[in-house]
Amino acid sequence: MSAAFAETGLPSRKLEAWKYTDLRPLAALAPAPAPEIVDTAALAADLPPLPGPRLVFVNGRRAASLSVPPPADMVADLATEGDPARFAPAPLAALNTQFAQDGAAIHVPAGHDAGTLALVHLTIAEDAAPVFVHPRHRIALAQGATLTLIEYAGGRGVYWQNPVVEIVLAPGATLRHVRIQAEDRESFHTATIFVDLLAGARYDAFTLGLGARLARSETHARLGGAGAIAHLAAVQLLRGTQHGDITSVVAHDAPGCASRQTVKNVVDGHARAVFQGRIEVARAAQKTDGYQMSQALLLSPDAEIDCKPELEIFADDVKCSHGATIGALDPEQLFYLRARGIPEAAARAMLVRAFLAEAIEAVSDDAARTLLVRAIDAWWEGAR
Amino acid sequence: MSAFVEPRDPIQAATEGGYKWGFETAIEMEIAPKGLSEDTIRLISAKKEEPEWLLAWRLKAFAAWRETSEPDWAKVKHPPIDYQALHYYAAPKRKPGPKSLAEVDPELLATYEKLGIPLRERAILAGVEGAGEAETRPDVAIDAVFDSVSVATTFRETLAKAGVIFCPISEAVREHPDLVRKYLGSVVPQGDNFFAALNSAVFTDGSFVFVPKGVRCPMELSTYFRINARNTGQFERTLIIAEAGASVSYLEGCTAPQRDENQLHAAVVELIALDDARIKYSTVQNWYPGDAEGRGGIYNFVTKRGACRGARSKISWTQVETGSAITWKYPSCILQGEGSVGEFYSVAVTNHHQQADTGTKMIHLGANTKSTIIAKGISAGRSNNTYRGLVRMMPRAHGARNFTQCDSLLIGDRCGAHTVPYIESRNPSARVEHEATTSKIADDQLFYCRARGLSQEDAVNLIVNGFCKDVLKELPMEFAVEAQKLLAVSLEGSVG
Amino acid sequence: MLEIRDLSASIDGKPILNGIDLVVPTGEVHAIMGPNGSGKSTLSYILAGREGYAVTGGEVRLDGVDLLTLAPEERAAAGLFLAFQYPVELPGVGNANFLRTALNATRRARGESDLDAVQFLKLARAALRDLAMADDMLKRNVNVGFSGGEKKRNEVLQMAILKPKFAILDETDSGLDIDALKIVAGGVNALRGPGFSALVITHYQRLLDHIVPDRVHVLAGGRILRSGGPELARALEESGYAALGLEAVSEDTAAMAAP
Repeated sequence: MSAAFAETGLPSRKLEAWKYTDLRPLAALAPAPAPEIVDTAALAADLPPLPGPRLVFVNGRRAASLSVPPPADMVADLATEGDPARFAPAPLAALNTQFAQDGAAIHVPAGHDAGTLALVHLTIAEDAAPVFVHPRHRIALAQGATLTLIEYAGGRGVYWQNPVVEIVLAPGATLRHVRIQAEDRESFHTATIFVDLLAGARYDAFTLGLGARLARSETHARLGGAGAIAHLAAVQLLRGTQHGDITSVVAHDAPGCASRQTVKNVVDGHARAVFQGRIEVARAAQKTDGYQMSQALLLSPDAEIDCKPELEIFADDVKCSHGATIGALDPEQLFYLRARGIPEAAARAMLVRAFLAEAIEAVSDDAARTLLVRAIDAWWEGAR
Repeated sequence: MSAFVEPRDPIQAATEGGYKWGFETAIEMEIAPKGLSEDTIRLISAKKEEPEWLLAWRLKAFAAWRETSEPDWAKVKHPPIDYQALHYYAAPKRKPGPKSLAEVDPELLATYEKLGIPLRERAILAGVEGAGEAETRPDVAIDAVFDSVSVATTFRETLAKAGVIFCPISEAVREHPDLVRKYLGSVVPQGDNFFAALNSAVFTDGSFVFVPKGVRCPMELSTYFRINARNTGQFERTLIIAEAGASVSYLEGCTAPQRDENQLHAAVVELIALDDARIKYSTVQNWYPGDAEGRGGIYNFVTKRGACRGARSKISWTQVETGSAITWKYPSCILQGEGSVGEFYSVAVTNHHQQADTGTKMIHLGANTKSTIIAKGISAGRSNNTYRGLVRMMPRAHGARNFTQCDSLLIGDRCGAHTVPYIESRNPSARVEHEATTSKIADDQLFYCRARGLSQEDAVNLIVNGFCKDVLKELPMEFAVEAQKLLAVSLEGSVG
Repeated sequence: MLEIRDLSASIDGKPILNGIDLVVPTGEVHAIMGPNGSGKSTLSYILAGREGYAVTGGEVRLDGVDLLTLAPEERAAAGLFLAFQYPVELPGVGNANFLRTALNATRRARGESDLDAVQFLKLARAALRDLAMADDMLKRNVNVGFSGGEKKRNEVLQMAILKPKFAILDETDSGLDIDALKIVAGGVNALRGPGFSALVITHYQRLLDHIVPDRVHVLAGGRILRSGGPELARALEESGYAALGLEAVSEDTAAMAAP
């Protein structure tokens, strides 16, 4: 691995933000830059079934043969320097800046509804030593623009995917952001999302974490204009020795904004789930409505959940609350289902799906929702 | 006549204003030179006529302290503390027992009076011969710790008849060395954290309570802590042991003079409950909070921890934190015994420039252990008030339960209210529920009260007391009255 | 035919059932009455296979099949149905999905083919009509936000759709007004016939006015103390358990029976 990487280093657990996620296995991996895959067309079968325009990246490079490009005026040149102050709390984003090669720069013009766009990442490291990819995307929606963005990450082999997505939403813009992380179970996935919302903008995110040996999805949303709304929903299904971390920081910097962080973790085997959520309310952000809910189901005696739902409040006229629950499947519910003739495994699956139902139903895009349901079904199939 | 503090008219107390305990007592003191070294520790140990094992124990703690650094994770800020600029030992000079109140150092008596300690107890505390035992059964036995030493403990004979030991810990080291040696540091080890290590190295006094098997302590036990001398740190150490089936309720109160410089208070409290034992520990913490501009005040860096070692044992912490410039304090329970119960009820009020980072840890080790956390934070002025709490369910905590409720109230828009829970579970049959809210006193609530004739300030007090009700009701009666008054005083000038 | 022979059971080492003998021949409906804490609900839960009870002796056979060795879902597949005294809420689980999954699991166990969504809906709608229930019942989550009466009717709906061989109705009448009671009774009576039998657990005669039992048994202290025809239930209603010499229920047994 390069000298620059060694210098920058990875965050250690001594940092409060990394208290529950230990990157030493990643450091031990010592990955190298991912080589280019020439015959990308052969990977068509690996693509998720998503209609409409899509930009496909294979080992971090745009694969024209697999992509269905959106209108030309939506794609611009990518600038990867990033805002150092903004990146300060996220060391992995700074690392991305050093290594980023390619990515998408998407711009939706004012008042335009750009429909649905997919960003697909395939990382193939089957025959090689461990590799890394640092994709970098920038999504800008001009005033009143609307876009549904579906991100999918998958691959084969041992690799580290470290994407950064910077999102700027102008006044009144709406971005629906559905992210499905279905990486190889030997891989590492650490994503950092920065979202800036101006007045009246809306960001609706849904993150599904299924894959990777170690995954972290870290979102920094800043509500910088009055009346902005951010909803960060996340679901993780973990088993084996997987480690999945959902971290989100929502900064209310302007008055009258609303935010929701809703996280559901289902943890089986020896897996470990982490949720760290923070609502920060600045002095100016009066009339803030902030809410956090973390719910976790532990399906096995060796599963673990660590949860830190945090409030940091500097304005008095606010309504902020959070809740957290942790437990197993309700034995009464399980018995009721079985007494109606439903076998135990099916009854458990039914209750877990029910646990997730409310979160999935909130995803408005049909293709995205179907993909989510299929991914969850496949997860259950894999359980048998 | 029963109270730890004589009841005062709450309205009068609420309108008097300011910190009423900020006086200084001009009393003859014996003070060790400034600075902390092995020599200081040897001096303290020698003054206390301690056995060799305890000196060795202290030196080990000192070594551990030098290896650790001040914790930096709390949401508190303060200039660096010069640990070499403090006195680690200060004690009022004592003459042989006076024959009557008239012979007692009038300054000491005046101090007790100002603290609101009833006359007869004042006599006992001052060591008047013959004033020791009352004919009527008292409700409260008092140990008073003045700077570094326990000055007196009341009602010891009555307690002794019941088999209860209640004495200064320095005396317990001499009189009950086996008990002290067995339990001291067994809940909070010497190297547990920076401040606990410091305390272990230099602690000078504190209370020792031992309630033997099957005994229900016949009265409330109470310790009154007072920092008086200038440039001293106070490092008291409290150890309470309830054997199988025993129960005890213990109260502590604390005040300090009003000074421009900050003073350090780093105490350690250890509680041990064996099978079916119950310990209730209540605190009204009213150390000097500093002035309205944030000058002076106590740095209150305290480690309190209880071990529910026995099956079905119960430890209940109740605290009302109104004082101190900075509070760093997490009274905790280690729930080891099967079916043991931990409780934490807290009201923390910060005003002006006060900073509080307080909460609890509930570590569930045993099966069917249960914990409840109710924390109420009230921030006013330019203060910052953080609830920080850990709930941890270990793999063998089958069927364990936790419920946590944290509520914050903000008064004014220059203060901060923060909630930082850590919730960790490694047992699927354990159930954890956490709820937290942040709110302000609604204008319509205030208006409703004022339309019924209440002043703005009374209305705020009324609403704040309602907000804290779930915690205040856990306090012994006399303390609850005192706590309500303190809340009112602490929030003075925060509205309008 | 349900045969219970010398059934004894305990919770946490405390005996609750102390040797129950009871036979319900095919085609018959029997009622069990008894004071609070007599072990009625325990009996129904043990028949259905709920965890937390230790069977300390005896056996239970449904048409010759040993029920006690089966998992709850296998008992359901064998034709046993428990209408719960306190139906469980299942947030996020739609009633239709739940019923169809349960029905198809049962059909599969019987060697029948699955019903598709259309066939199922037809069947379900017919059952809803018979029980005077609204179609939107199927869209709601199982028992979530249901009134007490709706929950009980939902139990009977499930029974009508799953068509068990043997049903246990555990205080299905509690919390029902008279109209709902008639509907529920109608649902049970509609199933009555040569291939169906039932055990109706109740405190009150009024349910038995609508579901007339072939036999009535009085359970107290974990034993069947008296059996008789429908007139036994009326006698109990009029003069109480004490008049029948059944006051000798120990406090202990009464206190611990509730699960």
